[in-house]
Amino acid sequence: MRWLIQLGEWFDRRLQIAAPIREVAEHPVPRNTASWWYVFGSAALVVFVLQLVTGILLALIYVPSANEAWSSLQALNHDVTLGWFIRALHGWGSNFMVAIVLIHMVQVFLFGAYKFPRELTWIVGVFLLLMTLGMAFSGQVLRFDQDAYWGLGIGASIASRVPIIGPAIVKLMLGGPIIAGATLSRFFALHVFVIPGMLIGFVCLHLLMVLKLGINEWPMPGRIVKRATYASEYHELTKQDGAPFVPYAIWKDLFFAAFVLLAVAACAIYFGPFGPTGQPDPTIIQTAPKPDYFFLWLYAVLSLLPPSLETPALLIGPVLVIIALLLLPFLSGEGEKSWRRRPIAVLTVLLLAIMLGTFTRLAQSAPWSPHMNAWSGAPVPDRYLHGTTALERQGALIFQVKQCRNCHALGEAGGQRGPSLDSVAVRLTQDQLIRQVIQGGGNMPAYGKNLSPAETTALVAFLETLHPARQAPARDASRDAALAESQGRRAPAQP
Amino acid sequence: MPNENTISRRGLFMKLGILFNGLVATALAVPIVRFLLSSVTRGNANAYLSWVPLGPVGEFPEGETRLATFRNPYVMPTDGKTVDTACWVRRIDGEQFQVFAVNCAHLGCPVRWFPQSGLFMCPCHGGAYYRDGSRASGPPERGLFEYPHKVQSGLISIQAGELPTPGGSAALLGKRPPCAG
Repeated sequence: MRWLIQLGEWFDRRLQIAAPIREVAEHPVPRNTASWWYVFGSAALVVFVLQLVTGILLALIYVPSANEAWSSLQALNHDVTLGWFIRALHGWGSNFMVAIVLIHMVQVFLFGAYKFPRELTWIVGVFLLLMTLGMAFSGQVLRFDQDAYWGLGIGASIASRVPIIGPAIVKLMLGGPIIAGATLSRFFALHVFVIPGMLIGFVCLHLLMVLKLGINEWPMPGRIVKRATYASEYHELTKQDGAPFVPYAIWKDLFFAAFVLLAVAACAIYFGPFGPTGQPDPTIIQTAPKPDYFFLWLYAVLSLLPPSLETPALLIGPVLVIIALLLLPFLSGEGEKSWRRRPIAVLTVLLLAIMLGTFTRLAQSAPWSPHMNAWSGAPVPDRYLHGTTALERQGALIFQVKQCRNCHALGEAGGQRGPSLDSVAVRLTQDQLIRQVIQGGGNMPAYGKNLSPAETTALVAFLETLHPARQAPARDASRDAALAESQGRRAPAQP
Repeated sequence: MPNENTISRRGLFMKLGILFNGLVATALAVPIVRFLLSSVTRGNANAYLSWVPLGPVGEFPEGETRLATFRNPYVMPTDGKTVDTACWVRRIDGEQFQVFAVNCAHLGCPVRWFPQSGLFMCPCHGGAYYRDGSRASGPPERGLFEYPHKVQSGLISIQAGELPTPGGSAALLGKRPPCAG
């Protein structure tokens, strides 16, 4: 053992880093920050390191060329020993990293850690979040499959809406006029050199500030942050109630980091790698691209926003969100830290979480997307055909052939773009049905030009049969009145 | 003691050194920026667009809409399959054509043609278009993008080469189909 110590001393005489490392490791932290709530930052760092390692491993095989990327991913999945596992680790690591960074951010927000003097730590953290999302998106592009191809198209469509310089941004983003080899290469450069380089720099800055300013003390209701007195109060706190970071607090970080790595590995083994889906061949248009998990909420927002609001929301929304995040520590740099005394902060987090969660959940089923194969794939339920007339059956046939089923469900099969039609006859009278079919309206195209009068009659006859057994179809009350009136007029007057 | 208004020889050299580096950096920045923006400047000069043939007119029956593919005029050797692009060709009658981009005018997903109902439908956010490309329903704010086309000696060609996007490519936006929304 003695020779090891001597070797260590030999190096340290030249490097002189043992003392600063010891100082960092043993810097006092407030005792109650040795909490399970304070482990997310270090976990994010550990997953980032995992991404760096697995990313480098993938780069040993992956070819960033539009011609070969897809087949090199296939080789990783099927030919290279454990290639699938490294891909799965990288893919799941990405999901975990976004999730942990978001949780870390919420914790920092609720614990008031962004307040004086840690404003810049928060701002650097906001950039770290943006870069993490940038890595997630560019990584999805490198998995150069159908989803990546059309996902880039969606990105280009959004970018093109920027006034005046939109088309230029698109060409800069694509590296040419279309999504092609140059596009993949520049996303490779972003994903592998530019963003990770910036991430490493910003992570160092973030950590440096955590060390220089000290970890945020556990927020106590009533302990108010004031610029004038905070530094001395914090100093007093660590002096009176401090404990060395190593080993007093670090063991929880170590346990949690190991647990997260284990969870990533478990997901990788159990669920396997993501894709690649079909080849990135633009002539194959039988595809319904969907973004990766953390962008699903955006997919939902883009289909639910009214068309006129979409461009402003897309272009101004993100800018406002980023500005709000950057301004936060300046707008509330002092005052209460504890979430117990900050109801609006708690409500904001809840609101955002419910919003993003709802949109993500909706996007998983995507009720706004037509089911492109429902018209030929989903049969009309038997019960809707029993005891029907020839005309009504003809109508059922037209209902299928004219792709009505792609947007309207019958018996819970079919699209959900429009309302399900199982009881449409209860909602709409014959005249209303005819009008809706011919003129469209709401979200429905007008079918007037694509249906002959005979077809419309048959279709509406079928639709009129769609009502629950014991519920009468809707009828125009005025029609009965008009009928009765005309009959009354015709009937001979009673003496 | 050097007074504040004088400048030492080494101080001058340092400043000259910074100036020299600044000049070299500026000189180098010009080609670097030009390289970075080359895809934009080339696009602004419309150098990407050219006429590409889709095939003999006879391949497109009158009154029908068919999928055609063409090779993008601007190609790099590493482009792989991405150089081939699809488009919808509608032959109204005789030499009257409409050629639509497959990209939905909303966010660019590939629309599919359903001849039975005479509609183009988008699988992403549910945009729908009539047979003439005009908007039928859903989130798109306009009709399908239309490529300029010409028929010469029995061959139909379109002017293509750029990804059609809602804000881009003036050539494709020139003729705006009537917008129902």
